[in-house]
Amino acid sequence: MFHYRQKESNDVVSKTADASYEIRLDDTMLPPTSGSVIGVALNNKALAKSLEQVFNEKPHVQPPKTPVLHIKTDNTHIGYANSIKVPSDKGAIYAGPSLGIVIGKKATRVDASNALDFVAGFTVVNEVSLAETSFYRPAVKAKCRDTFCPIGPWTVDKETVRKPNNLSIKTFVNDALVHETNTDQLIYSVEEVISYISSFMTLEAGDIIIAGTPERTPDLEIKPGDSVMIDIEGVGRLVNPVEQE
Amino acid sequence: MKSARILFNNETLAVTVNEQDQVVTQQGKILEEGSFTWLPPCEGKMFVLAINYADHAAELSFAAPEEPLVFLKSKNSLIGHDQKTYRPDNIDYMHYECELVVVIGKEAKNVSKEDAMDYVGGYTVGNDYAIRDYLENYYRPNLRVKSRDTCTPIGPYIIDAKDIKDPHNLMLRTYINGELKQEGNTKDLVFNIPHLIAYLSDIMTLTPGDMIFTGTPEGLADVKPGDVVITEVEGVGILKNTIISESEYLNNLNN
Repeated sequence: MFHYRQKESNDVVSKTADASYEIRLDDTMLPPTSGSVIGVALNNKALAKSLEQVFNEKPHVQPPKTPVLHIKTDNTHIGYANSIKVPSDKGAIYAGPSLGIVIGKKATRVDASNALDFVAGFTVVNEVSLAETSFYRPAVKAKCRDTFCPIGPWTVDKETVRKPNNLSIKTFVNDALVHETNTDQLIYSVEEVISYISSFMTLEAGDIIIAGTPERTPDLEIKPGDSVMIDIEGVGRLVNPVEQE
Repeated sequence: MKSARILFNNETLAVTVNEQDQVVTQQGKILEEGSFTWLPPCEGKMFVLAINYADHAAELSFAAPEEPLVFLKSKNSLIGHDQKTYRPDNIDYMHYECELVVVIGKEAKNVSKEDAMDYVGGYTVGNDYAIRDYLENYYRPNLRVKSRDTCTPIGPYIIDAKDIKDPHNLMLRTYINGELKQEGNTKDLVFNIPHLIAYLSDIMTLTPGDMIFTGTPEGLADVKPGDVVITEVEGVGILKNTIISESEYLNNLNN
């Protein structure tokens, strides 16, 4: 089953479909839920490896001991086919392909062993960001600009995603494949991330966790006029145009 | 006017608070204290300023920052007036932070400092608890320090902006079990309210109900289960909170 939300005149309508082709994909699509969106930064093996030296220098001094979390505020959330609006004077802007974990019921202090019981399903997230020069202070300026978090097009039931920790993630810019990764590159697995966050933050149905984004290499840079598509095996394809803010 | 949200007979009600600090329903009925539960008076994005009082910066051995140092909180951490916050077992240092909270009243994007005060809907009191044991040098202060369940008491109510003549000259005080522990004044803000609204609205769109916790002055101290913590902003409100142990919190969760 596919769960999604759409604008109809001035209303927000929640819908389900048995097959994805039944869904009319256009810019009336909204993010599939309206919950809080929490991201896990630095949760990628190659990215952490590339920062090994930086992690051991000031101001970080030592590598992170726990998953590094951040918040994508509600002004950043947009649906399928809605435009990512990028500023002209803030340097390069990068796509951030990631699996989105959609919480299905209230989760407080959940063990990794049964974490998937608290998951409704999965979605695709594009965690757009400016370049980060340091990870010392919260990334509000880099990550919380309006439209910087496309989510969708839908939530697919977890039952149809058998191996959430082994899903291919492909990023296309203007139909050219520019980047490939896989959820097997996460340092903390889907289950571990849910367990860690819920150890001190109660997650509610509809909350979304951005499992982890790869290193923002030049391949992932997006510019006005581009169309960026993130395709996650068995989950969906999220497409958004990029325009000047 | 003072507006609040409460839970009464399992229903969430928008209410007002009168001159005698009594809660009045939209039907004009006065509710007895104790017959309802205070909820956070607003919902929205939560911005918190770190090191926004020069004296507090010195206390933490930091130079005051050159631009506002903002972090975000998640709504799971919010609780209303007269509620309980738990202290994790096996930690050394959990402290309160008394803060003036600016509540946004209308949508704001690219607002100038000159116009910024027009976007303030009202003010309330926030207590931004932190568990210092969990600090790491990544996105500092991280969510485990600052965004924990029950760790952000706010309220009791929002007082309209027009009822506060000068938000940049308000005393802040924190009492633990009746003893004055923290004292400061919003005149010592490093970045004042117009500066913060201009800064944030340059990054993103602010919407009604968004909260800006403007930072805390010096005078931090550890709190322990059983402590009653009162944070007060002159003319804005008096926010009460009680610390409980993690085991008591977990017992309450399971019942």
